[in-house]
Amino acid sequence: MPEPSLPQPQEPERAIAGTGTGAGMDLAAAEAATVGSGETGRPAGRPRSLWSDAWHDLRRNPVFVLSALVICFLVVIALWPSLIAPGNPLHCDLARAQDGPSPGHPFGYDGQGCDVYTRTVHGARASVTVGVCATAGVAVLGSVLGGLAGYVGGFWDALLSRITDVFFAVPVVLGGLVLLSVVTSSTVWPVVGFLVLLGWPQISRIARGAVVTAKQHDYVQAARALGASGPRILLRHIAPNAVAPVIVVATIALGTFIALEATLSYLGVGLKPPSVSWGIQISAASPYVRNAPHALLWPAGALAVTVLAFIMLGDAVRDALDPKLR
Amino acid sequence: MAEPSKKDEQPVGKVNVSKADGAGARLEDEEVAAIEKPVQRGEPILQVRDLKKHFPLTQGILFKKQIGAVKAVDGVSFDLYQGETLGIVGESGCGKSTVAKLLMNLEQATAGHIFYKGQDITKLSGRALKAVRRNIQMVFQDPYTSLNPRMTVGDIIGEPFDIHPEVAPKGDRRRRVQELLDVVGLNPEYINRYPHQFSGGQRQRIGIARGLALNPEIIICDEPVSALDVSVQAQVVNLMERLQDEFNLSYIFIAHDLSIVRHISDRVGVMYLGQMAEIGTDEEIYDHPTHPYTQALLSAVPVPDPDAREHRERIILTGDVPSPANPPSGCRFRTRCWKAQEKCATEVPVLAVPERFKGTDSPAAHESACHFAEEKDVVHAA
Repeated sequence: MPEPSLPQPQEPERAIAGTGTGAGMDLAAAEAATVGSGETGRPAGRPRSLWSDAWHDLRRNPVFVLSALVICFLVVIALWPSLIAPGNPLHCDLARAQDGPSPGHPFGYDGQGCDVYTRTVHGARASVTVGVCATAGVAVLGSVLGGLAGYVGGFWDALLSRITDVFFAVPVVLGGLVLLSVVTSSTVWPVVGFLVLLGWPQISRIARGAVVTAKQHDYVQAARALGASGPRILLRHIAPNAVAPVIVVATIALGTFIALEATLSYLGVGLKPPSVSWGIQISAASPYVRNAPHALLWPAGALAVTVLAFIMLGDAVRDALDPKLR
Repeated sequence: MAEPSKKDEQPVGKVNVSKADGAGARLEDEEVAAIEKPVQRGEPILQVRDLKKHFPLTQGILFKKQIGAVKAVDGVSFDLYQGETLGIVGESGCGKSTVAKLLMNLEQATAGHIFYKGQDITKLSGRALKAVRRNIQMVFQDPYTSLNPRMTVGDIIGEPFDIHPEVAPKGDRRRRVQELLDVVGLNPEYINRYPHQFSGGQRQRIGIARGLALNPEIIICDEPVSALDVSVQAQVVNLMERLQDEFNLSYIFIAHDLSIVRHISDRVGVMYLGQMAEIGTDEEIYDHPTHPYTQALLSAVPVPDPDAREHRERIILTGDVPSPANPPSGCRFRTRCWKAQEKCATEVPVLAVPERFKGTDSPAAHESACHFAEEKDVVHAA
């Protein structure tokens, strides 16, 4: 919810008194003062950065607060799942296969007689690790390569664009089936590596486009005319104006990567059984979905809520980072 | 008028910074020293000679091959004198903005020279180029894209001090920024606001304040008011005139609005298709134009008086501006000129005082690039 903007009627008049340039400015100045919101309680004269302004807005945005709480909760249970699920996720009792909820086992049992609640809580770790690590890798690799290609232009830009075209031609699921089926490791790292390998061209393209757009703006020319160095222009002028689309696409990609991990695990090439993950759970539960839908619905629901939380977070951050919407 | 000797106030320590190492540094020192030297009023501060900029046209996806060139600027020469305003007019695409970018060293000239106080700045780099940049600044056309939307006004106007720390000591910068805001007629309290909280005219004032921050000698204004409302245009132009007197600035004022150029300029140059067609004082150009293109341009200026409007002659040009990638031979304007003859297609007219007016003190005796230059008062024609 946007904060009400507070007009500051005294200020503009003073500006006019000093200039003597006529009444036309009066209106414009008053208008500017009305637009200038979010200044309440700011100690006079202390400059505030873009990020602190964004934080100021975000704290008041219920969508952000809700999704951030969900994500914090996920991160905590990914780090310490035993806090809320003290049982052993690998302990299964075939005698209780497909049983419904019972005291101490609120989500019931899956086809192997494993506790769905414990496995769903422990499965968060794999999903969050894959999502966060793959996104971090993709964001760093993609924005550095794409950003530099966009800034330098010419041959390197053309070369990078053709390379990304090649990667775009690889279907993700087919590529995963081919590449990951030869891996025997049961850790999350092969999946993370594969997602980074196939995911960076998307971010790189976004970053390149954003940098090319930002580069053409007059303020970049103005900085060059002042004698600013290349790194200064890139870091002070281009990067802050190009980072917003990258953040948005990266947060949405984070959700997609979590879903892709589940897809690949479902197909049997992602994480492999002694590991615990939502994808493996969904895969294992799908043959019995008529008899024991709870075994599928809980991990699938956890997956959906996680993906949604990241996407909504990305949306809220984008709005806060765009000063034109403020 | 008491002129502030602004150049003397600045620390000159910069020149002596690195005398130590070798001939290269000493040469650079000499270059910097030449740039720091003051120029008397009425002397040329900037001399442009046969400036050319050709943008290559390329084909191919990965390996590009040049198939031609857009001759955006093709042999432009003029002088800018200390303390004057030189207006440059011409229609869209005639190369006005490219000239501005070349003067700012934002584009590399294909050929030709720009002498700033005798130094050819097209070849400079490093410290000497930085020193030139301190003295030649620019005000951009679009106040909506020329300010970084993610920086506060204080950061935007203070950035020149970060890049040239010798101009203002660190503790002093905030005060300097507030002074600059005051000078351009904005409330110094606005220092923490973002550009989008201002109107177009206010944004242009912020752009002007940024241009003034380093105490430059020359400000290149690339259509500084064409994106603004007419009432705001007048305020900004008057502000610029006041600043010119206050800080002893020289302006190159690029525009397509002939009346604003006449209002602010001491001398005016008319460009057509990458070349200078005619150049002279504002009275010579506006009241005694000798180049047919200037005459056609002036005849299109709206006249407020309906009686005068009925009696004046309108010169309506036929056809379009030819492509700068493939300009006509000889005189660039001949394809649209009603005076064009055989000679115009074969001989390139030089920008010089026409033979027939040489030695006379008629106002028509100014530089005009036409074989058949003759005076024609289109503005007052009855």
